[in-house]
Amino acid sequence: MSKVALTVNGKPVEVEVEHRTLLSTVLREALGLTGTHIGCDTSQCGACTVHLDGRVVKSCTVLAVQVQGQSVKTIEGLAPSFDASGARLHPVQQAFSECHALQCGFCTPGMIMAVTGLLQDHPQPDDQQIIHGLEGNLCRCTGYVNIIKAVKQAAQMMQA
Amino acid sequence: MDAKVIKEEQIGRSVPRMEGAAKVTGRAEYIHNIRLPGVLHGKMFRSRIAHGRIVSIDTSAARAVAGVHSVVTGEDIQRLIAEPYYGPAFHDQPVLALHKVRYVGEPVAVVLATDPHVAEYAAGLITAQYEELPAVFNEVEAATSPIHVHDELKPAITFPDLKHLKGKRGTNIALDYKLRRGDVEAQFASAAHVFEHEFHTQHIMHTPFEPFVALAEPMDDSITIHTSTQMPAYVRLEIARLLGWPENKVKVRTAWLGGGFGAKVYVKIEPMVVALALLARRPVKMSLTMEEQFYVIGKHATTFRIKSAVTADGRISARKCEVFWNGGAYADIGPRVSQKSGFTSTGPYRIEHAQIDSAEIYTNLPPAGAFRGFGIPQLVWAYESHTDIIARALNIDPLEFRRRNILREGDEHPTGTAMRDAEFEEVLVRISARMGWDQPFDRGTGTKRRGRGIAIGVKASIAPTTSFALVNVSADGSAVLFCNTIDMGQGSNTSMAQLVAQVLGTSSERVRVTQADTDVTPFDMGTLGSRSMFHMGHAVRLAAEHAREQLEALCAETGIEYQDEHSIAQAFRKKFGMQAGNIFGVGHYTSRYQPADHDTGMSKEITPFWMIGGTGIELEVDTETGHVTILRMVNVVDAGRAVNPRVVDTQISGAALMQMGATLSEEMVFNEGELTNPSLAFYKIPGMRDMPVAIENEALEAETRSGPFGAKGVGESGTFGVSPAIANAIDDAIGVRLYSLPLTPEAIYRGICAARGEPLVD
Repeated sequence: MSKVALTVNGKPVEVEVEHRTLLSTVLREALGLTGTHIGCDTSQCGACTVHLDGRVVKSCTVLAVQVQGQSVKTIEGLAPSFDASGARLHPVQQAFSECHALQCGFCTPGMIMAVTGLLQDHPQPDDQQIIHGLEGNLCRCTGYVNIIKAVKQAAQMMQA
Repeated sequence: MDAKVIKEEQIGRSVPRMEGAAKVTGRAEYIHNIRLPGVLHGKMFRSRIAHGRIVSIDTSAARAVAGVHSVVTGEDIQRLIAEPYYGPAFHDQPVLALHKVRYVGEPVAVVLATDPHVAEYAAGLITAQYEELPAVFNEVEAATSPIHVHDELKPAITFPDLKHLKGKRGTNIALDYKLRRGDVEAQFASAAHVFEHEFHTQHIMHTPFEPFVALAEPMDDSITIHTSTQMPAYVRLEIARLLGWPENKVKVRTAWLGGGFGAKVYVKIEPMVVALALLARRPVKMSLTMEEQFYVIGKHATTFRIKSAVTADGRISARKCEVFWNGGAYADIGPRVSQKSGFTSTGPYRIEHAQIDSAEIYTNLPPAGAFRGFGIPQLVWAYESHTDIIARALNIDPLEFRRRNILREGDEHPTGTAMRDAEFEEVLVRISARMGWDQPFDRGTGTKRRGRGIAIGVKASIAPTTSFALVNVSADGSAVLFCNTIDMGQGSNTSMAQLVAQVLGTSSERVRVTQADTDVTPFDMGTLGSRSMFHMGHAVRLAAEHAREQLEALCAETGIEYQDEHSIAQAFRKKFGMQAGNIFGVGHYTSRYQPADHDTGMSKEITPFWMIGGTGIELEVDTETGHVTILRMVNVVDAGRAVNPRVVDTQISGAALMQMGATLSEEMVFNEGELTNPSLAFYKIPGMRDMPVAIENEALEAETRSGPFGAKGVGESGTFGVSPAIANAIDDAIGVRLYSLPLTPEAIYRGICAARGEPLVD
């Protein structure tokens, strides 16, 4: 077992983990941040995507002991002041909701974290940049059409 | 409240998804997320052989692992349930293998531990000795094989047309639907043209991203099951039957489903978690991995032999269909798939002489059941490839050939059921108009050849089935809908709320829909086969109408004019002296159905509504590699009146892309019954990079007169035409015809080599 100190959604936390424990497991089990989903176990689906020191990672490919001293942002940290009225969603969240860029919603948190990362690198992405940026995140429901629409709408909202 | 909002028509409004905010913030509840105090996690030990008698199971090493609570085998289950066999069509599937194993991956034992990693480690220490038996994997071989997967057939009582199979021995055939209309052989003997082909489809898996997950929580004299299911009412019935308990001692609840697509219908892992929890007297959770899902349920591989007689003027006069459905080791709902789909094996065409033999066949492979389309995509693959081959051979434009033969309003389908509100021709017209079918087409040059193809399919809905709904109007005029239709992503909660609001004259946003909980949500057959908008839609409409009648009476009694939520609230206050009380509206609906005649397989009423979907494809083939790029995909469906157009549009895209994966890349690859690629790493579902360059959808402006507000189901229609449209376009591009799915670059390249007389060796 090892002690790992990290920052999650802006708050310092310390967890005791086995060496084999994945970051995704720590987020879900130890910290109760269940918005990070586990879909495939083999790092294909991207449902567990989070930001690690501002970069997009699949949290099932990172060992908890690797993130000592680092900063993690999960879907719960994207719009911390979100309330029941839905008034304070992050623009990417708002665009996903408005564009019907989700169906079952299981891939959605990871997809949204990947999109926010993509928009940091490419504030006004074209189709190829969107496809390249999101090819590591799978969706089994929507057929992706509305996800691409949502990325473009979010980019416009963030530009404004 | 703004009177304009209230008066707004709710049907046809693209109301935002009600759970949108919960899903984009990661707050939506999934069974996956539930944690219960004292819970034990179960991990399975599975058979590594395809067929054999169990001689012994050694669980001692697993039991000795620190932290293991217990190890359970089939014999332990039998101490609790004397006849531990379940299934909707046949009571053939043991909770854990008993005496025999019938496929690689079949659950044989479960380790329970407080730590799932400990349970998984210990499960790896279990060993079993088997007396291996010969196995049969291919559906056509299994139809006549001396190797039998089950010694005796055990039909459940649910379906009358399976009764005659009770006690039958020495067969793998679990259903034999037959249609006999006219005299096909006489037509074949005299027709101007006769065409005969054989087509194949592969095993595939739904891969919902939330894999199967269930928790069972034993109470003093009852049990609560938290499960990711499309059929809570059926889970309750089947668990109550297995335990010999009344239904009211079994509570089944769901949360949002992380996808279903037919995988989560009927019961899957629920009997296992229930038995384990009752044996351990503690809550038990089982969360399967993506890998394990492949061993639970998949889509039937099929062999389809199809033969048509065509007149000199290009009319199909007779069609003979022989369909073999590879059902795997346990029937699940497979016999319904082979019968309900079997009805429409001849396709959406006017054919006077028809013969269908559609057989569900046991093999030593993982079970196959319902998968978005309930067997229809496999059939359309064959009959629309066949139809295209005929048109090309007769030098008739494929669109024109289809239009010449297509069923029209009032025509009799080969089963004897008349076509009503079925816009086949309009679907073809809209696809071809969007594609500019009569315009010149760029066919590419050199090693990049372009082609285009179309295809259209039909589905009869599942009948007869029943839905119940309950609308509870509170004293402030807001309403909650209690309904067991499961929103697994298709947007049903939003659409059902729209129906309630339409009837009550309120706004959809003010209606809430509960998650299924069989203690409070009334019976529904289940969320499958695109039946919910029609069946539950009617039940919800009737429940809301019932509530409205009572609300109007309340208003009349209190002297208030019924207008909106405010007037309702006023009436309640006046009647009860404060904001108090409820009005319950109840409704139920059962679809009409006439069972098929035993000898002819015909019926005047095989379906309450027809589903129609077609696809047009433009693509480019790289003749050096066999790679296909879909340049344009046009999907057109008859969805009746769209209750929520944006939800319908997303359903079409999603269905079409899913079927595109089934067409181009997805395949469960078996080696002597052993699955070699059970993970998303080696089983390739479409990613964003695989999308067509352009995709467009259209839901016709149509009306289903028998449907609630003109609506009908649409969840599967987008799948129908995709596979054959792609194959037809490949043929159009490079003159290579493929008869087996998937159409991988290798398969296409082999076809190219074979066509130029240089076939590649295997």
